[in-house]
Formats: sequence, C-alpha cells, structure tokens
Amino acid sequence: MTLRQALSEGRFVVTAESCPPKGTAVAGALEEAERLRGLVQAFNVTDQQSSVMRLGSLALCHLLHERGLEPVYQVTCRDRNRIALQSDLLSAAALGVENVLCLTGDHVSMGDHPQAKPVFDLDSVSLLEAARQLSSGHDLAGKELDGTPSFFLGAVVSPGADPVEPQLLKMEKKARAGAEFFQTQAVFDAGAFGRFMEAARPLGKPVLAGIILLKSAGMARFMNRNIPGVHVPDRLIGIMEAAKDRQSASVEVAAGLIRELKPLCQGIHLMAMGWEHLVPRVLEASGLVNGEAG
Amino acid sequence: MIVAERKPLDQILAMLEPYRRVLLVGCGTCTAVCLAGGEREVALLAAALRLARQARGQPLETAEVTVQRQCDREFVSPLAAPVAEADAVCSTACGCGVQLLAEVFPDRRVFPALDTRFMGVTVEPGWWAERCRGCGECILDRTGGICPVARCSKGLMNGPCGGYRDGKCEVDPQVDCAWLLIYERLKALGRLDAMGTYNPPKDWSVAFVGKPRRVVREDAKPPVVEGKV
Repeated sequence: MTLRQALSEGRFVVTAESCPPKGTAVAGALEEAERLRGLVQAFNVTDQQSSVMRLGSLALCHLLHERGLEPVYQVTCRDRNRIALQSDLLSAAALGVENVLCLTGDHVSMGDHPQAKPVFDLDSVSLLEAARQLSSGHDLAGKELDGTPSFFLGAVVSPGADPVEPQLLKMEKKARAGAEFFQTQAVFDAGAFGRFMEAARPLGKPVLAGIILLKSAGMARFMNRNIPGVHVPDRLIGIMEAAKDRQSASVEVAAGLIRELKPLCQGIHLMAMGWEHLVPRVLEASGLVNGEAG
Repeated sequence: MIVAERKPLDQILAMLEPYRRVLLVGCGTCTAVCLAGGEREVALLAAALRLARQARGQPLETAEVTVQRQCDREFVSPLAAPVAEADAVCSTACGCGVQLLAEVFPDRRVFPALDTRFMGVTVEPGWWAERCRGCGECILDRTGGICPVARCSKGLMNGPCGGYRDGKCEVDPQVDCAWLLIYERLKALGRLDAMGTYNPPKDWSVAFVGKPRRVVREDAKPPVVEGKV
C-alpha cells in the first residue's frame, strides 16, 4: 500500500525523516530506514536540509525505493531554476519515485555555503503547479512531454506561525495548486494545533503533524528562541529538565503528544534529529505500532 | 535613489598607488543624497588620500570636481580638460557613473571609490533600505504597494514562508517580513482576497539576470533633420 492509498483510505499514517549524509556514505541512512521497515509508511528524504550541502535527495530516494521502502522526495526551490526542477521531477518519476513534497527551502544564509546565489526562481506554490502541469503531459513552457509522470504531491505548513492566517491563505493556495497532503512544522501544543486544524479542515486535505524528538531542555529552549513557528511549552521543558533518562523522557513526551494529536489529524511526521533508534519506542508508546501504521 | 557606500580607504589607496595626480569626480544626485559621493564626501576623501600618501612619502595631488549626474553624457563630457591633466580618475558615483566616465575618457583609468549597494529609500536620516530591484515587471498593484521581489529575502511571489517571527524575517531579524507587511496592508485595505491570487513564476527574461537591458524611445530621440545624413 502506498502513501497515496493509505491516506485516501483514511488510515492514520506515520512518515519519518531521512537525512542524506554529507558525503557518499549512504549505509547509515539506509540502515536507519531499514530499522523502521514496517513501522512507518514512508520516508521523507530532505533536500539539503537547513541549506547544508549534502548528498542529493533523489539519490537516497532511489536507494530506498530500490529496497522496497517508500520515499517522499523533498524538493526545494533554493538551488535550482525551473528547468532543473522540472528535469529532476521527471527523473524522479523515471526512477519510480511518486511522492513529492514541494517546499520553498531555507535561505542559503542559514547553511554552510552562505555566499551561494539563492535561486528561488519558483516558489512552493509554483513548484506544485509545475509538478501538476508535468502530470498533465506538458512542461511550464507548454511543451508536450514524451512520457507523462504521475505524482502524489505534498506541501508544508507552519501551524504555530504567528499570525497564522497568512499560513492558512498560502495552504489554500497550495491545495489549489495540487497539494494532496500536508506535513507540518513541529507541533508541541495540541490545543493550538486543534484550533489550526479547525481552520484547515474545510480544505479537506490530510495533515500529518510534525513531531520532533526533544533531546534536552536546552534544545527546547533553543528552538523556542530560534525556530519561527515552534513553541515548546514550559510543561514539556520541565519534563525534559527533570528527567534522569533523557531518552525515555523524549519518548514519553513524543508519545504523549501523538496520543493528543491523533484525533485531530490524519497522521504524524517524525523528525528524530539523530535519535532514530527511539522511533520504534515512540510508536509503541503512542499505540501506533500494532495499529494501522504497522 | 541608488544607494552606495565608500570603499575602505586602504582599497582606494591600493587602486591609486601608481598615480601621482588624480581627479576625484563626485556625483551630485543619488550618491550625494546617501552621503557617499557628493561634493562634501569628495573633499573628505581627497584630504584623507593626500594625508595617507604624504605619510607614506609618496605625495598625491588631487583635483576635485562634482557634476550634477555622472550617468548623463552632457554632464560628463565637459570634464575633458581636468581629466587630461590627471594620471587617473576616481569616481564617487554608482557603477553607472564610473562606467560612463570610462567610456567617455577611454585613455584614462577610472577607479570606483564606492560600492554600489541598491535602489532604495531613506528610512530615517542615516538609514537607507532597499525597495526596488528593477526586475522589469512591476507587480506592486497586486501586493499592496510592497515589493516581495526586493523585500522578501527569498523573493517569494505567493505568500510568506514559515520563517517569520515577531514580524521579522528569520534571515535577518532587522528586516520586516515583506509578506506580513503585504498581508497587513491588504487586510487594512479590505483586499485580503488578493493574497489568494496565484502569481505565476516571474518572467526573468526582463529582469536583472541574463542579457543587459535597454530602453529605446523613438519619440525621445533627437529629431532627424531633412536632407542631412
């Protein structure tokens, strides 16, 4: 069953983040994914996450796909113009990669090559339009394709942004441009997320809530200070601070959040941030392992 | 206006090192307004250069002239005499002025004293900010009079990314999120529906990347006199 089928059947879906290495050593990323085989529906492979130069998303997507693991190809607009983006989308389709998550991408100044020329020829909305147009057999210039790709298109939204209305307006635009599902920035406040979902529900698109595994109180405070749209409540910071075993506390916090979020959304997207080995415990503690996601 | 900043003195000294008599040419328009290259700044630069060269035991003679606009031939051509008397020319105009001087006086080296930054406005005295990229296809009618090409760090055309916080851009906390400004303005004007309009990818063929652009206006060209070739 594919991500598209699982979401269309209304199953509660779990996706996990998979980060390509800086270099050619792909074994680690593949092993991590292997450990989650059967536990998660699909792996979002990041595209030069945080503008840090790494092995390409499409290469790791292909390697996962080859092993029977389902990838979500994350594509950003930061590094490629419309010619390269459309070409890479066709390449993905030719390699059997169907799921594409269309993002704007972080600014180059956030990464390890801050002097690079930022591209942003397309944005997340026009990238979705481009992918949809390719699926209809034509490129952005209106030229006919020899062989038409098929994509299951996704997009992102930041439910904790303040104000949130511009996010909702853009989410609607993304849905009109062809987004079939949404994955969100990290959620730590189920109440606020519930209010967001009330506003987003009329779009009728499945939303996978982002879950970041907290590693420490310090990390939570760092995110509160530095990551727009992310707010870790004091209660969760307190749990991490008081913890003797931080990994167990991290599992407990994430699983608690997932149980609260489950009735509000259609799935979760796990960002383990290096603690991938905890994902099975998180899924078990949140009651998802033997559920639909397994 | 075009906003520029003077290069560090050491860089200017290094460019002018082989020369003994230098003509400093100021510009009385944009770079005068942004306090980088008008008459006053030329006088200060000339004094600083002379002092530094004196200290190195390699005295420098300077002549100074400030024209109304260095981007117009009619103001630059009359400089033939002082240019001829100098070993080299140093301009405190934007890059346009430097290039026109070099074009009009091909037998003299022309050096830039400024780094040209951007087209912008005076926010308050001593603070200038970018407002226009000259992208060749104005969309300010659709964005509440606030330009996302110049003022969004990513130049996004279809609304904000997730990187705003307290109204500011995560790329630079000194910079307002352009799309939040657009959102608030459209909301105040009762035109929030415009936020939902899809803006197709920008046509970069008319913008600042790729081939150099020109504007030709037949009606503004000098009249052709009958019978003359």
